[in-house]
Amino acid sequence: MELIGNLLLQGVQMFLVLVLAPGLTGLVRKAKARLTRRRGASVLQPYRDLWRLMQKEVILADNASWLFRVSPYMIVAATWVAASLVPTFAIGLEFSWTADFIAIVALLGSARFFLALAGMDVGTSFGGIGSSREMMIGAFAEPAMLLVVFTVSLVAGSTQLSNVVAFMQSDAVGVRVSLAMALVALVIVALAENARIPVDNPATHLELTMVHEAMVLEYSGRHLAMIELAASLKLLLYVALIGAIFLPFGIGPAGTGFAGLAAGLVFFLVKLVGGGLLLAVLETSVAKMRVFRVAEFLGAALMLGLLGTLLLFVSRSL
Amino acid sequence: MIGAGLTIVGLLLVLSLAAAVLPNGPKTPVLVYGASTALCSGLAAIGFSALAASADPVGLILPIGLPWLGAHFRIDGLSAFFLLLLGIGGAAASLYAIGYGRHEHEPHRTLPFYPGFLGAMAVVILSDDAFTFLLSWEVMSLLSWALVLTHHRAEDTRQAGYLYLVMAGFGTMVLLLAFGLMAGSGGSYDFAAIRETGRNEMLAAAVLMLMLLGAGSKAGLMPMHVWLPVAHPAAPSHVSALMSGVMTKVAIYGFVRVVFDLLGPLPWWASPVVIVAGALTAVIGILFAINDGDGKRVLAWSTIENVGIIFAGLGLAVAFRANAMPGLAALAMTAALIHAMNHMLFKSLLFMVAGAVLNATGRRDLDALGGLIHRMPVTAALALVGVTAISALPPLNGFVSEWLMFQSVLQSPQLAQPGLQFLVPAAGGVLALTAALAATAFVRFFGVIFLGRARSDPAAAASEVDRWSLGAMAGLAALCILAGVLPGLLIDFVGPAVEIASGDRLVSQASNAWFTLVPLPQIDSSYSGFLVMAFVAIVGGGAAWTVHRIASRGVRRGPAWDCGFPNADPITQYGAGSFAQPIRRSFGPVVAARETVFMPPPGDPSAARHAASTTDLAWRHLYTPLIALVGALATRANSLQFLTIRRYLSLVFGTLILLLVGLATWN
Repeated sequence: MELIGNLLLQGVQMFLVLVLAPGLTGLVRKAKARLTRRRGASVLQPYRDLWRLMQKEVILADNASWLFRVSPYMIVAATWVAASLVPTFAIGLEFSWTADFIAIVALLGSARFFLALAGMDVGTSFGGIGSSREMMIGAFAEPAMLLVVFTVSLVAGSTQLSNVVAFMQSDAVGVRVSLAMALVALVIVALAENARIPVDNPATHLELTMVHEAMVLEYSGRHLAMIELAASLKLLLYVALIGAIFLPFGIGPAGTGFAGLAAGLVFFLVKLVGGGLLLAVLETSVAKMRVFRVAEFLGAALMLGLLGTLLLFVSRSL
Repeated sequence: MIGAGLTIVGLLLVLSLAAAVLPNGPKTPVLVYGASTALCSGLAAIGFSALAASADPVGLILPIGLPWLGAHFRIDGLSAFFLLLLGIGGAAASLYAIGYGRHEHEPHRTLPFYPGFLGAMAVVILSDDAFTFLLSWEVMSLLSWALVLTHHRAEDTRQAGYLYLVMAGFGTMVLLLAFGLMAGSGGSYDFAAIRETGRNEMLAAAVLMLMLLGAGSKAGLMPMHVWLPVAHPAAPSHVSALMSGVMTKVAIYGFVRVVFDLLGPLPWWASPVVIVAGALTAVIGILFAINDGDGKRVLAWSTIENVGIIFAGLGLAVAFRANAMPGLAALAMTAALIHAMNHMLFKSLLFMVAGAVLNATGRRDLDALGGLIHRMPVTAALALVGVTAISALPPLNGFVSEWLMFQSVLQSPQLAQPGLQFLVPAAGGVLALTAALAATAFVRFFGVIFLGRARSDPAAAASEVDRWSLGAMAGLAALCILAGVLPGLLIDFVGPAVEIASGDRLVSQASNAWFTLVPLPQIDSSYSGFLVMAFVAIVGGGAAWTVHRIASRGVRRGPAWDCGFPNADPITQYGAGSFAQPIRRSFGPVVAARETVFMPPPGDPSAARHAASTTDLAWRHLYTPLIALVGALATRANSLQFLTIRRYLSLVFGTLILLLVGLATWN
């Protein structure tokens, strides 16, 4: 009985991230539109878009191979599994020990790997440019992210996210410089990984500076729906991750009752809305940078991550 | 056990001699490679059963080699593990060669050396005295040198062979010095006696440095790596697979055996050298892999990278052991040894893929390939497994060793020395960077070769390779998946080897639910490759099924969209050079990148050209001055060639006096 309950809870988590993800994307778009004094589409528009795309037939380039057709499902699966393993409303779920923080980063790396391969599959110049630049961004963002992982898990003493969150909720944390650095680094990485301004622009097409959109240019129909869904899931993952590690309020401890879970859920929704609104404000207030400046921007994240880790070696209390 | 191993080695050597005298017909390669496959499988079986049974070490003395001393052989956990690695790699390469070897124009330049090369590597692993070890090491070097020179008519190959010979000679000389230091004044050269000899920490650290130079030059550690990216690709592809996949591991075996088993306690300050050398080798190696335009050279550079990762792990093990933390040393050692096994699996696989592409198209330069996923679907699918594994992506095997490596980096706060406390996380950051760059390198490798449209006529007309080759590649790909999904079994398996090298082993992983890895139970960090694989497969399959079921399943083929301006010319695709451009610009100083644009003068209608190049800084700052110095000294010494007999006699006399004076002052 307990096992069924635990499995159910894990299922709820998987379902929750999937259902909320397009809504978060819609919220960010809506907020951005309001901030630029436009009315903007409904928050529910991404759901409608996904449904519309899924029902359309796929137009496949003549040269596309099986890899091009399989990749969207691989990408959405890897991203979804990674998102399901990030604590949202409760920790200590049935399968939370399947993959630790490092493995979650690597799962996102797998998704990027297949997306970049898919971008090169048709053999167009745009696909190649997107893949090449995405891998460059990844080459900086992934190590920066891993250094954040190092910092956080050196503080918490484990790379298991459930343990990290449990530690962050305890009184032992206090105010730490290293965690502040890790937070800044993680925000920078999150912006880059989600193809957000100032690294990339999710709303652009037909621009030589685009990265993510250039890679998925040849996708259509249900394949494009999967890619868009994966992008939404990834955004949700990062917001949930920042929320779980740095604002762990309200996340239900392992084996908590119904009231605790409900409270966790409410807190999670509040965090999502807050994160989405902050992202919209940030995106409307800065300009996009040149693609070769991205290396410096992410290099800063890398250095902050390293500095945060090194501080912990000076003193475990920093 | 040991007897059976040596019998197989003997048979391999006999096979080498037989290959030299057998008629040069179409049957001979099949016979030689088939027999090599069987014999290597035997070696793998011996290694496997020795590990599975956790058998006690068995020694054997044969009355060959030096008179009265004989040749000592021994098999223990460590040599069994590397014997297993050699057996798997050798069997796969030989199986592959049954098909691949048919395309060789001059099989008699490969066949007599090939089984002997395998046998020599086995002897290095099985030897239990310094003389046998060094002799077989040298035989291994020379036979692989002969194999590198298979295509000796190409100028590049001859240069590569010369460079390899020089570096191999240097390596053996340094190893000779290392063993000389270890044997001490007693002068006993069998490993048991060396193990018993007490030596101070300075001497031990000196031996460590010499081993780093000697074994490192064979494994490809910087800055002794210069021969590797030219020599490994020059050989036929199954030999490249052996050299990169297996021979570098034999070098690592030599390092582990001497430094961790024979040498005794090491001072902690010896470990930063190993860690720094490993981490720098890893990141610089992969940067050159990203920038190289030749498929097999990309793989060779990536071998350098992986050797760097292994050495970083070994350096961590030295640090933990010097701090009397055998449990953590075992974690780092497990990471290094499992990475050695993993690298053998996926690098052999990828060299075979490169060979298959070379056979099908005749081209090695990436910019002549493209679109092969349509022409060679099975090779492409197997290559995809290889590139996913080598990029350290879950749930394949490359990620397991990487994960273990990071776990041991995260234990470094327990080290007592502040210097190491700073160095280890920085090295961890460099390793993280290396992993991300490896993914870039192999997206480029796979994308330019297999995806897109064909960039040359041979690539457009390629066809799938033979079944022997596909079988060998499929076997390695299956092992990559298996080692990624069931890593606990591998960790338990490598336990006896780790115990010899670090004095402790990880707790048994066999009883964990869902094949989860929990290397340090007190830390509670876990990873289950099996569940990740299962979840991704179920979720991905489920998503595909649901979408096809409830939404649409229609497909229409059409021309590529490409923002409305598709260009039919395949040269408009992103190629090897353009894909590398962002990384080349970001890391320009490390690889000494230069980009030049040649603009025709105004009014000249000829095309503008763009050229990008990278330079190995080790060549520029170490080898070029060294070669110039040797040249200058040789020119000076040249005048000694034309002396009269009286002057020669006085020179001889003077030298004699000098030596005697030296000897007198020494005593």
